[in-house]
Amino acid sequence: MPRGGRLAPAGTGPTTRKSVWLTIIMALLAGYALLPLFWLVVNSTKTQRDLFSTFGLWFSGDFALWDNIVQTLTYDDGVFLRWFGNTLLYVVVGAGGATFLATLGGYALAKFDFPGKRAVFAVVLGAVAVPGAALAVPTFLMFSQMGLTNTPWSIILPSLISPFGLFLVWAFAVDAVPTEILEAARIDGAGEFRTFFTISARLLAPGFVTVLLFTIVATWNNYFLPLIMLSESTWYPLTVGLNAWNAQAATAGGEAIYNLVITGSLLTIVPIIVAFLFLQRYWQSGLAAGSVKQ
Amino acid sequence: MRKHSIIRWTGVAMAAALATSLAACAPSGSAEDVTGATADEIAAALQEESSITVWGWAPQLEPIVEAFEEKYPKIDVKLENVGTGNDHYTKLQNAIKAGTGAPDVAQVEYYALPQFALSGAFADLTGFGAGELEDQFTPSTWGSVSLNDGIYALPQDSGPMAMFYREDVFTNLGLEIPTTWDEYIAAGKAIHAANPDAYITNDVGDAGFTTSMIWQAGGNPYVVDGTTDVTVDFADEGSTKWADTWNQLVQEDLVAPISSWSDEWYQGLTDGSIATLVIGAWMPGNLESGVPDAAGTWRVAPMPTYEEGVAAAAENGGGGDAVLEQSENKLVAYGFLEFLNGEEGAAIHAANGGFPSTVADLESDEFLNYESDYFGGQKINEVLVQAAKDVVPGWSYLPFQTYANSIYGDTVGQAYASKSDLNEGLAAWQEATVKYGVEQGFTVNGE
Repeated sequence: MPRGGRLAPAGTGPTTRKSVWLTIIMALLAGYALLPLFWLVVNSTKTQRDLFSTFGLWFSGDFALWDNIVQTLTYDDGVFLRWFGNTLLYVVVGAGGATFLATLGGYALAKFDFPGKRAVFAVVLGAVAVPGAALAVPTFLMFSQMGLTNTPWSIILPSLISPFGLFLVWAFAVDAVPTEILEAARIDGAGEFRTFFTISARLLAPGFVTVLLFTIVATWNNYFLPLIMLSESTWYPLTVGLNAWNAQAATAGGEAIYNLVITGSLLTIVPIIVAFLFLQRYWQSGLAAGSVKQ
Repeated sequence: MRKHSIIRWTGVAMAAALATSLAACAPSGSAEDVTGATADEIAAALQEESSITVWGWAPQLEPIVEAFEEKYPKIDVKLENVGTGNDHYTKLQNAIKAGTGAPDVAQVEYYALPQFALSGAFADLTGFGAGELEDQFTPSTWGSVSLNDGIYALPQDSGPMAMFYREDVFTNLGLEIPTTWDEYIAAGKAIHAANPDAYITNDVGDAGFTTSMIWQAGGNPYVVDGTTDVTVDFADEGSTKWADTWNQLVQEDLVAPISSWSDEWYQGLTDGSIATLVIGAWMPGNLESGVPDAAGTWRVAPMPTYEEGVAAAAENGGGGDAVLEQSENKLVAYGFLEFLNGEEGAAIHAANGGFPSTVADLESDEFLNYESDYFGGQKINEVLVQAAKDVVPGWSYLPFQTYANSIYGDTVGQAYASKSDLNEGLAAWQEATVKYGVEQGFTVNGE
């Protein structure tokens, strides 16, 4: 928690100093951030009928959460599960691969000297500044010439690139992996790969996990790229699939299934919350790393 | 057959995608150049093993495809829902620009058709015998698919506008059902005065609604001559008539500031705080599905008019299906289209909540005499079919209408938000539209 910008006066430890105002502001912000989540939980317990006839921010009417979950999982021959599987595939291969590549690359840039390093640095920094959505259309045109559109590769390949992750690992590896250890390992006769996998990779774990979390979240929530690339609903990830369900009611003769859209959204965020809870201690230490000179 | 443009802002990139692709949407020459076939050739092609891909989001497509495959077991139809409305068009445009990956058949709303037809992305169906089908469809829908002496789609559904209203609200307040826009404004004042949370309708500005309303008022802001000469004029009599009328509603806070298809909108339709909807004839199915708790309270009446006793209506939403120039299986694609939009498909479409565009279905006794329980037993189709006949002829959309609609929010939408003169909003929309048209290489009149 932030403790204000000033140094604590002598005699008062950081644990005893409390600010009523900051607490109130943080509580308001927390409420603001959690309100949509609360809304989602409340409304996923309602039937389509109760959704629009009862007060939105509290439980009322029939408690239909289990019904909604069953319907969500079975609607349209269980297509939701298919989308769930697709998202998992994109996340495991895409985010996992991106993290692996970013770790290898970041480590190499931090610990090896080679010609053109500054040019690589400039390119990576430049790439961080370009939003992925801006590249989606050119990527689409390129992939379509290569015959890759409408395949899982069209989502996985672009997801494998994470300039920000590379940059993060790079900055992290400079301090986290002491060059002395590497020299010691080399003197003892370990090859570069062995050094990396047995020593450096462990030291890089917090940075690795931080990047993993970022790429998981980015891939899990990826919407625009699959929207452009895919035209077969069998390859949709959850984001695009749920949007298709959401749009369905606004079609002549379309069946309104907002209750399933809401329940589906709730189910969609559960894995990401779980991943966050499991990995957050790594993330915290990862973000704090390098902030203090030891 | 999404009824109405629910503008989804999927980001600047989407507009950019559209912009870049429009410039070069001439068809690539990869597909074999089939420009026509006789009925016998088409019938023969339907008896041979082949497959076609169809892109569309209308829920009626699935049962129609099933029926088609049953009738023609050798044809495999791959039906894909690639998105609703704008998402669908962006994807189509991208595939057209890429030169590959487009489907054989695509659903297309009437407002978006000129964009694809005039740029050569859709096949002219005249050579396949589509001209003979004219009598099957209503004049207004046929007019929407015929451009520049070509036929670029077959109509599927239509959305002649009518006024859906809450009978309970009007009865409780002792109000007459408005038949003119002046009466409509008066009723709006009475409803809002009786309950400050209640409104005669909702409107935060919507391109599809605005263009349909101008259509009804007799306006003709878009004139397309040939494939590249375009005139945009929102200062014509009809446009001004609509804007002056609607100004009164917006500026006096008589319309609910709620966007259509939102959570609040459904709530308003359920509890009666939105008392009327002036919208396309496809609405009953959506009311039944989305607003089940208000069963029995809704009724339908003809759209209010500017002149007492002179019926006038417009189309709001609706669309048809087209064959892509890129298709390498045009004979089967056209054969499918004839099934989908012809007698057999139309029957399935109507049975699944669609509002037909085929004269035979619209005039069948069964359809006209249908008494809707949801509407308290009212014969709603009598009103809706009359609306189809009252559609003002002569309207056309721009060859870059999807883009024009995407910038509506920055122009007319601003006038709504600030409650300033809608005429000025329309002028700003015109200016931005003309600018874009010129950039795309059209000859555009209308400073």
